[in-house]
Amino acid sequence: MSAETPSDRYGFDTLAIHAGAAPDPTTGARSTPIYQTTSYVFENVDQAASLFNLQSFGNIYTRLTNPTTAVLEERVAALEGGTAALATASGHAAQLIAFHLLLSPGDEFIASNKLYGGSMTQFAHSFSKFGWIVRFVDPDDPENFRRALSPKTKAIFIESLANPGGVVSDIAAIAAIAHAADVPLIVDNTLASPYLCRPFDHGADLIVHSMTKFLGGHGNSVGGILVEGGRFDWAKVAGKYPTICEPTASYHGLRFYETFGTMAFAVAARAISLRDLGPALSPMNAFLILTGIETLSLRMDRHCANALTVARHLLSHDKVAWVNYAGLPDDRYHQLAARYLPRGAGAVFTFGVKGGFDAGVKLVEGVELFSHLANIGDTRSLIIHPASTTHRQLPPERREAAGAGPDVVRLSVGLESAPDLIADLDQALAGT
Amino acid sequence: MNHDTYPDDYIRAILRECRTIAMVGASANWNRPSYFAMKYLQEKGYRIIPVNPSAAGQEILGEKVYAALSEIPVKVDMVDCFRPAEAIPPIAAAAIAIGARVLWMQLGIRNDEAAAMAEAAGLKVVMNRCPKIEYGRLSGEIGWMGVNTRVISSKRLKKV
Repeated sequence: MSAETPSDRYGFDTLAIHAGAAPDPTTGARSTPIYQTTSYVFENVDQAASLFNLQSFGNIYTRLTNPTTAVLEERVAALEGGTAALATASGHAAQLIAFHLLLSPGDEFIASNKLYGGSMTQFAHSFSKFGWIVRFVDPDDPENFRRALSPKTKAIFIESLANPGGVVSDIAAIAAIAHAADVPLIVDNTLASPYLCRPFDHGADLIVHSMTKFLGGHGNSVGGILVEGGRFDWAKVAGKYPTICEPTASYHGLRFYETFGTMAFAVAARAISLRDLGPALSPMNAFLILTGIETLSLRMDRHCANALTVARHLLSHDKVAWVNYAGLPDDRYHQLAARYLPRGAGAVFTFGVKGGFDAGVKLVEGVELFSHLANIGDTRSLIIHPASTTHRQLPPERREAAGAGPDVVRLSVGLESAPDLIADLDQALAGT
Repeated sequence: MNHDTYPDDYIRAILRECRTIAMVGASANWNRPSYFAMKYLQEKGYRIIPVNPSAAGQEILGEKVYAALSEIPVKVDMVDCFRPAEAIPPIAAAAIAIGARVLWMQLGIRNDEAAAMAEAAGLKVVMNRCPKIEYGRLSGEIGWMGVNTRVISSKRLKKV
């Protein structure tokens, strides 16, 4: 099945402000109202039955749909160029839901070994309790994904721009390997946001985000989202994706792919996985993230400009051993960044402080303006020493592979005045 | 007509002009896609006439089932096909014969030969789409499911 008409009619900034958000039909409210309600009154028994059978579009219960959350879902689907989206309580929840639809016990998926540490822990440890098996490979050589394929492989998972190593993946090459094996490519686009990178344009089939980061952008709401591209043929290999293609017992034999076509994955993710696993986003968080998205491009441009300024300064600093930022011309990922992130290489990067683990600890404890915390994608500038925090659950060799060695410090450069950020880092580095 | 992508105005005009839709391959089984589409479109004010030889004479959602398009006693605006691609050409010929204005093939169904025949006879053709989904998309209703409707408006009242 072919995808729907591309939404080339409107520019990115128009979509970021308007997509999904017509005036409220009852009150005329122009800003999207916060529908802080758990449930919705049925018109009559027949209408209720139609809703439960998925024959009509409408609201039953906020664990399944909510009018505020729906605006956010359509907004992100439009910005990514996808067919539909499903918001979740966190980015981790979006990943759980995607794999819940794709995998059965004993199935495998292949993931980059340069991912956000929390994703690696989720995949390696919690997913194994469901009988889902992850194979980690080095994404720098896309052929590693081909070599790890098996008849049980059901998906490939990468980050467009990896956290914290500054790794840029060759999305198109990895997508080609996935499609040759008739499996979908899932891309975590959290660090890039759809303003810097549009993975569907390069062959991705599903996109996940932690909206907590740049989409929300203000460090005030945890949320995640799963977006469907609409081009993957789930029925090409009979029996491979039974939850999407075969009759569904909990809907009396409904087949999602046959009934919902290019948005079948998103509808099934909602009607089965969100319904049964339960990680729905709160309407209040949906509203805050939606408001953040309206200024996404303005913020990302400033984030990238500030990050480049700070990275250049650190590169010449005598207490800094190295800087990994794909926006720097000599960076090993600069060519891939020019292709996949033409508007900028994002706000998050790492550098090595001379003096190793102890110097890293001193630095994060010595800053005044930077906030020492485990998040990225805030208006405020953030700093962390991954080896002692986010990546401490990983064994040392996997920390190194994930770009979180003992001397590594990660910055998420915010929107403040760049000279103030540089002055703060300088005074803290002086104390290491 | 380019049948890979359709302008919204083309689909919108069809959904506004047509009131009576013959649904070929309509099923009495509630969990089949045709039943979903029939029920939804009835709620939106369309009259749907089911056509299915194996259920002829029975009723689906209050409408009598006919064995063939040629047996329908009222004027039909659109013929909506829930049949495999190879079964479409004779349905297209029958749609032309009864004076229908639109030939519509459902999600996953495309037959360019049948489309060309219908267009040569003056019919509008839509392939690989569902009228329920298109109605829901253009009315904004489907956005409740997180679907990218690709419709943007700052007007207060929405209509197809």
